[in-house]
Amino acid sequence: MTAPFDLNDDSVVVIIGTGAGGGVLANELAQKGISVVALEAGGRYLPEDYINDEWDSFGQLAWTDARSTSGDWRVARDFSGLPAWIVKAVGGTTTHWAGASLRFQDHEWKPRTTYGDVEGANLIDWPIDPREMDDYYTKAETKLGVTRTGGRPGLPGSNNYKVFEKGAKALGYEEVHTGRMAINAVDNDDRLACQQTGFCFQGCKWGAKWSSAYTDIPRGEATGNLEVRERCHVMRIEHNQAGKVTGVVYVDADGTRHEQKARVVCVAGNSIESPRLLLNSASSMFPDGLANSSGQVGRNYMRHVTGSVYATFEQPVRMWRGTTMAGIIQDEARHDPARGFVGGYELETLSLGLPFMAAFLDPGAWGREFTTALDHYENMAGMWIVGEDMPQETNRITLNSDVTDQHGLPVANVHFDDHPNDVAMRAHAYQQGIAIYEAVGATRVFPTPPYPSTHNLGTNRMSEKPRDGVVNAHGQSHDIANLFVSDGSQFTSGAAENPTLTIVALAIRQADFIAAEMGRQAL
Amino acid sequence: MSLRKHGMTRRQLLSQSALFGASFVIGAGYVAGKAEAANWAIEVEHLKPETMATLIQMARDIYPHDQVGDQFYALAVKGYDSAEAAPGIEEGIAALNEAARGIGYAAYTLIGWERDRVDLLRSLEDTAFFQQIRGGLVTGLYNQKAVWPIFGYEGESFSQGGYIDRGFDDINWL
Ligand SMILES: Cc1cc2nc3c(=O)[nH]c(=O)nc-3n(C[C@H](O)[C@H](O)[C@H](O)COP(=O)(O)OP(=O)(O)OC[C@H]3O[C@@H](n4cnc5c(N)ncnc54)[C@H](O)[C@@H]3O)c2cc1C
Ligand code: SF4
Repeated sequence: MTAPFDLNDDSVVVIIGTGAGGGVLANELAQKGISVVALEAGGRYLPEDYINDEWDSFGQLAWTDARSTSGDWRVARDFSGLPAWIVKAVGGTTTHWAGASLRFQDHEWKPRTTYGDVEGANLIDWPIDPREMDDYYTKAETKLGVTRTGGRPGLPGSNNYKVFEKGAKALGYEEVHTGRMAINAVDNDDRLACQQTGFCFQGCKWGAKWSSAYTDIPRGEATGNLEVRERCHVMRIEHNQAGKVTGVVYVDADGTRHEQKARVVCVAGNSIESPRLLLNSASSMFPDGLANSSGQVGRNYMRHVTGSVYATFEQPVRMWRGTTMAGIIQDEARHDPARGFVGGYELETLSLGLPFMAAFLDPGAWGREFTTALDHYENMAGMWIVGEDMPQETNRITLNSDVTDQHGLPVANVHFDDHPNDVAMRAHAYQQGIAIYEAVGATRVFPTPPYPSTHNLGTNRMSEKPRDGVVNAHGQSHDIANLFVSDGSQFTSGAAENPTLTIVALAIRQADFIAAEMGRQAL
Repeated sequence: MSLRKHGMTRRQLLSQSALFGASFVIGAGYVAGKAEAANWAIEVEHLKPETMATLIQMARDIYPHDQVGDQFYALAVKGYDSAEAAPGIEEGIAALNEAARGIGYAAYTLIGWERDRVDLLRSLEDTAFFQQIRGGLVTGLYNQKAVWPIFGYEGESFSQGGYIDRGFDDINWL
């Protein structure tokens, strides 16, 4: 059924990347009868291929092409070549993701208005009204089968959740539940219910967790309007004298280069690769890279204020049993400057297996202080902090010409320094996380530093005014009408919530816009 | 990279070997568990046996788990016994022994207290050699499936149908 399109077919929409943004956009356009060629750097893996072993799965799915780091974040020291944990596969990082699916709070669409002028932060409001998103959020929740929305039941609470919930209630928290998760609590949408196997980060072998790899992508292909070319890495985007994009040059699995013509190009390579591609596409007409007249391509890189709190108890918890993210506390997600910072954060349970715990609990640490923590791995519970970080112009993706990838292209350097607001928020969240576990009798607590970034946002941000950002309210670049950004790099701000539901909602919305614009021949 | 049982009997091996350090018996080309009950040995081809024995002690001092036997540490560092890696390892261990001599011991493995060995390692913490060994252990030790049960970690559960009926919510002490 999959449609093979000709390289010279310039009527197709080319989408680069098939993750949360690209995978959904591809299907949505295909369902509308629009011809789509999706180019994906990674290979195709389905539930039967996923490996329930942390490092083996990482080797199978993660993006391990060269990258470099700089800045004061600890990741630059501990994982200098691995700034981010992102997937290179059909389905993108939706194979790895935990499934937490939360709507933004209304005020988070207007951070500049709500938080005011925060020194050192490059804050602007989203050019979107929260009410415009309501229907798209509902569509996204239906697509993902999000629990506790649309009448769908919640997941049952695991051991890790029960410890977390008891501590949360002891502290007086009220919004505590097993989360709104893109994981089936009951069979839904031709996918099984969750069997609590506990390897959500490694690809769900039951298909209980939503991933575009086995939902949107095959459904799009089934229309006959979508062709996914896997193991095809896009090297640059081409344009004509009129300043319109005309196609993309990519290299296939055999190392052969091709040029695919296009009517519209949508970039959805995640917030590190998308700006890298725009910068690597510089030409004499666009010497600073495509869509970069504002100079904002690659800037305002956000990764959420994160960190984890693990704790050991006198008796076993066995947190690895069951969903990786098993519950949430939302009380701290509000904006309440009385806490000493703007914006808010969520607390979500998290579990790592022993191999990842050894690597991430306190990277670089050794000796008995470290090993006695692992000795009580069975008695550990864990949670993750996810809060709004401040966009800063100097936190950015740049091209590092000293390092090239296997295709000879300059790699992305990821520079990140914490903003004082980020530091204050993390300190508060650690304190609350520790208090939660101490309330249940923790014998020792571990305020664990952030992992390589899993939420990568903001590097081609939306703005009302072209000088403030890269794309408009529909993800269309301010400079080039037929060039779109369709992934998390469009985010104007990070909000406290895990980003994927919003990425998906924006992709559905963008598909409507592209179809309408094509319909009236504006594209 | 598997632990090979040596061809000789334990008695033969012991008779041929010198007592080295606190932990190991070294035969020609072998490093073995010292205890009578220990039934493991590894053959070294490129590293000196004493070097391998020191490396195993160093590995344990970096990530000490008293319930984890030496064979797991041996397996974790066995990969350094290659033509490529051996020269650098010999050099690193020589420097470690040199440092041990500096505080009055003939060799690193002859330092009796873990505390004193750890102090020595702390002073070498920023060397590329120390970081190579430490970094390699993170996966070399903790990614061995055979050590997981020692920590209670159960690994994959898909083949058993997940934990939905096998205790994902069985906590009873809260
Ligand atoms: C362990 C983990 C847990 C997570 N848990 C959650 C969660 O619970 N909730 C949540 O909301 N989010 C979660 N996330 C984040 C979520 O997965 C991402 O935010 C989301 O997938 C990002 O979507 P995207 O479209 O921006 O990029 P991706 O999904 O990363 O897709 C980008 C795709 O583009 C491809 N690509 C890149 N460059 C090129 C190129 N030049 N040519 C061709 N293809 C290219 C990549 O291979 C990749 O497949 C998690 C992430 C991780 C790693
Ligand atoms: S815990 Fe549930 S969602 Fe996670 S991998 Fe297992 S079956 Fe899938």
